[in-house]
Amino acid sequence: MAFPPSHELQKRRFGRNLGLGLVLAGFVALVFALTVVKVTRGDPMQAFDHKVRPELLPPDPVANDAPADAPLPEAKP
Amino acid sequence: MSDATAYKTPSSQAPEAGFGDYVQLLKPRVMSLVVFTALVGLLVAPVGLHPVEAFAAILFIALGAGASGALNMWWDADIDAVMKRTARRPVPAGRVEPGEALAIGLALSGISVVMLALATNIAAGALLAFTIFFYAVVYTMWLKRSTPQNIVIGGAAGAFPPMIGWVAATGHVSYEAALMFGLIFMWTPPHFWALALFMKEDYHAAGVPMLTVTHGRKSTRKHILGYTLALLPVPLALAFSSIGGPLTLAVALALNGWFVVGALRILRRDEIQAQSDNYRVEKAFFRFSILYLFLHFGALLTEALLGNYGLGGW
Repeated sequence: MAFPPSHELQKRRFGRNLGLGLVLAGFVALVFALTVVKVTRGDPMQAFDHKVRPELLPPDPVANDAPADAPLPEAKP
Repeated sequence: MSDATAYKTPSSQAPEAGFGDYVQLLKPRVMSLVVFTALVGLLVAPVGLHPVEAFAAILFIALGAGASGALNMWWDADIDAVMKRTARRPVPAGRVEPGEALAIGLALSGISVVMLALATNIAAGALLAFTIFFYAVVYTMWLKRSTPQNIVIGGAAGAFPPMIGWVAATGHVSYEAALMFGLIFMWTPPHFWALALFMKEDYHAAGVPMLTVTHGRKSTRKHILGYTLALLPVPLALAFSSIGGPLTLAVALALNGWFVVGALRILRRDEIQAQSDNYRVEKAFFRFSILYLFLHFGALLTEALLGNYGLGGW
């Protein structure tokens, strides 16, 4: 059975839906790209993880002398 | 509207909107100027953005401009319908419902402001929000129908994009950004008054108090020259600023010399002469004014690009 040719109105609606779909897909791609850029260019994303990380310590000569396996400093209230 | 009712739509009724009608709602021609000037503002700034951030910034500035265009078409549908130049716009032509234009304008305003702030910084987002408010509320709803100074003050809305581009990159406003703003702000009155001269009866019919309607054409011709002369110091100051250079100065001298000559030629003519050659001089001045702005910002951009190779600038 042959399909009847599309009405002009249906073509118009298809164009509208296609356009909106492409705009939304583009928006998602842009937000994803922005997220990647923001995350990779942001501050170093690491913290103390049960062990002192020397690169996260402040530039204090006494603190820098602490051995790498030293216990974590006490958290102040 | 369901498919069943759609086939019964009488032929006299305006057809349902296509995607292109929604694009028209955002005034794509105005958007092209916004994109270009915002891009220049962003690229001449001393701080560089990541290309993805820069692309997002320009896109959302353009989207904000489009949103204010949609709000303008919603509010001005009554006068757009009367004026020949604007009668085919989607709202007065009946292809897009006024409420739809309002909803699109408001939604895109929110999206563009929030996304610009997230992509770059809060100051840029806030400035874009103010620009949309200024164009949609201060210019469209208030000034346009109430004073012949409508485009003088309202021109500020079109002048903000390069400043927003600069703020998106640097996070703050500086005198260079203010000078780019000043260039478009001072350029707007002669540009639009030249248009008003050869648009003849359009503004009269719509009851918009353009200078041609309230003060007459002779006075408008004088105003064009006055504002063209008042514009002169701005591009010269830009040329001597940190983002200018010898190229910008040469372009500014040439373009402004020609602009003043054009304004003088407009002043010397009367309506009889203008009508006899179908406003040839006024139309030429209007076309040149568009080129004037593109070349000024093009010179600033070239100066910044040359700076990467140790050339350009002072």
